[in-house]
Amino acid sequence: MRKKLKMPSIGGKTIILNVVKYLLAIIIAVIPLIPVWSMLLWLAVQSFSGRVILGIIPSEVTFKNWRFLWSPIKMGLKEYPNIWPVTLNTLFLALGVTGLVVFVSTLGGYALSRMEFKGRMELMQFIIALHAFPSIILLIALFVILNNLGLYGKGYMTLVGIILIKAGLEIPMATWIIKGFFDAIPWDLEWAALVDGCTRWKAWRTVILPLVLPGIGAISIFSFLSGWSEFLLVFTYVEDEAYYTLPVLIYHMIGEFKFIDWGMLAALGLFFTIPTIIFFSTSQKLLLRIYVGGIKR
Amino acid sequence: MVKVILDNVSKFFGKVKAVIDLNLRIGDGEFVALLGPSGCGKTTTLLMVAGIYKPTKGKILFDDKDVTKLPPRDRNVGMVFQSYALYPHMSVYDNIAFPLRLKKVPRNEIDRKVKQVAKLLRIEELLHRKPSQLSGGQQQRVALGRALVKEPDVLLLDEPLSNLDAKLRVVMRAELKRLQKELKITTIYVTHDQVEAMSMADRIAVMNAGKLQQYAPPTELYNKPANLFVAGFIGAPPMNFIEGLIKEINGEYYFDSEYFKLKLVNEIGEIIASKTSETIMGFRPENAKIILEEKPNTIQGKVYVVEPLGKDIIVNIKIGDMIVKILTRPGAELTPGQNIWLQLDMKKIHFFEKQTGKAII
Repeated sequence: MRKKLKMPSIGGKTIILNVVKYLLAIIIAVIPLIPVWSMLLWLAVQSFSGRVILGIIPSEVTFKNWRFLWSPIKMGLKEYPNIWPVTLNTLFLALGVTGLVVFVSTLGGYALSRMEFKGRMELMQFIIALHAFPSIILLIALFVILNNLGLYGKGYMTLVGIILIKAGLEIPMATWIIKGFFDAIPWDLEWAALVDGCTRWKAWRTVILPLVLPGIGAISIFSFLSGWSEFLLVFTYVEDEAYYTLPVLIYHMIGEFKFIDWGMLAALGLFFTIPTIIFFSTSQKLLLRIYVGGIKR
Repeated sequence: MVKVILDNVSKFFGKVKAVIDLNLRIGDGEFVALLGPSGCGKTTTLLMVAGIYKPTKGKILFDDKDVTKLPPRDRNVGMVFQSYALYPHMSVYDNIAFPLRLKKVPRNEIDRKVKQVAKLLRIEELLHRKPSQLSGGQQQRVALGRALVKEPDVLLLDEPLSNLDAKLRVVMRAELKRLQKELKITTIYVTHDQVEAMSMADRIAVMNAGKLQQYAPPTELYNKPANLFVAGFIGAPPMNFIEGLIKEINGEYYFDSEYFKLKLVNEIGEIIASKTSETIMGFRPENAKIILEEKPNTIQGKVYVVEPLGKDIIVNIKIGDMIVKILTRPGAELTPGQNIWLQLDMKKIHFFEKQTGKAII
């Protein structure tokens, strides 16, 4: 009898204990997300609110803040270019960087991973060392180079110049990442392709490259995002407002006036994050894989 | 189909000498196994024949054509890798069709050949699957199909059975052999498993530390090993080795080990004594009889442990502080510690020079 009475009480206790345990784990896991999500939420709410009290508290629902989507942005007397050409500029920059980074680093990463040549080790160490320097210290030197190349103040060509610079800064890391993916592919596969009748180039293209797609996905996301959000280089090198990118435009929204239209800034900020959100939500799986360093087989 | 000739081939990786002065002639349609422990250079040799490694020295000939400097794609070889190396992003069909597509074979011809090979290997119902959806045995067949579909002059197999379970391995062994005989493709088969090599190959090249030890048909390898390495490597349980001196007493020859003295047949004794006195005697576990009472010219020992194998038993016998293994039929009850005598089949014992390890007889 005694035993029978005891059993349910123990069961109840363990259930409560389990609930507490999991609740605690969930709370701890969620805490770091709270500031991030609350900020995004604030941005969203803010962008649809008419009047913002003290720059924090929203009131009234309106689409007024999103007016930049269909009309030029006016701040006092100054009129900024329409949002769509600016978005196009940003897209041009981001895709240009992505394309160049993917092209160079897949070839470079393969070479570092698979080919024997003099100074290979040193080159790899050098690539890591490159990350010790922030790009800001190169700003003036790069300006001189850009100017000498005749890429300064030349409209889209200036953006091309910035693509070159930005890709140059991204390529070492991307090469390093993709090298890890190439390392994970067994030699057997490449040899099999060679025996089957491939040239080395063909083996790279038809057998090796499809297998590092997750890696290519990862580096293209990284370089797209870093091109999309590039501020400093565009801010420094682009004079003509027609060739502004979104980050620079947003900066001007804050910088030019003491009186800030918080609602529009929020809407603009949200607009700016849309591609980021799309990219991340569609490619999460690819991104997760790079931290395990290669291909799951 | 072609003859394959390796003429003084060496391969060095920096200071590591993977293959040293290898000479091998493989006949048209012959099935040759490269046998040796891991790291003996057998896979390196295979990769040189495939064209993936370039020999540091020497020449490789297919028939009379020097292919040493040709890239793999110009050699018309088919290869099955130990890992099978199937292209994970392609279906089984595409895997097998891959070599033909590279050769720009017309589409309907590709289809016909892929289906023909699939039928031969009984993988027709797997053609639409991805390699990750196949079992080890199926993957192996697909890899074989990919190697065979291009109708290669030489088929190279790198431990193709090592990833299969024991039962399937026995089945595939016979199947591979049948296939090779049917298609009559010159085949080089790398393995570290002597049973595989013995049961499948026409000739076996035993390698150790980058050097060819012996190149002979399986039975010759077994009955006339060229040196201590081959003698010890071929056969399971391995050959027993006992060190000793050859002595001549009153015109009769004796093998004198620390623990026993064995009278030899005169002719054999003479031959050995003419070469060296310090020898190692070897005898296979099945070439000795256990008897329970003393007889002339036998070796006394004690039963150490008995390992039953079902049909046979392995009796470990302690002679002094050495242990020898004897393979015999289960019969009389043997208990550890029991005194027994070994009667060797004097026609089937081997003698090796102690210095060089070379076989004398």
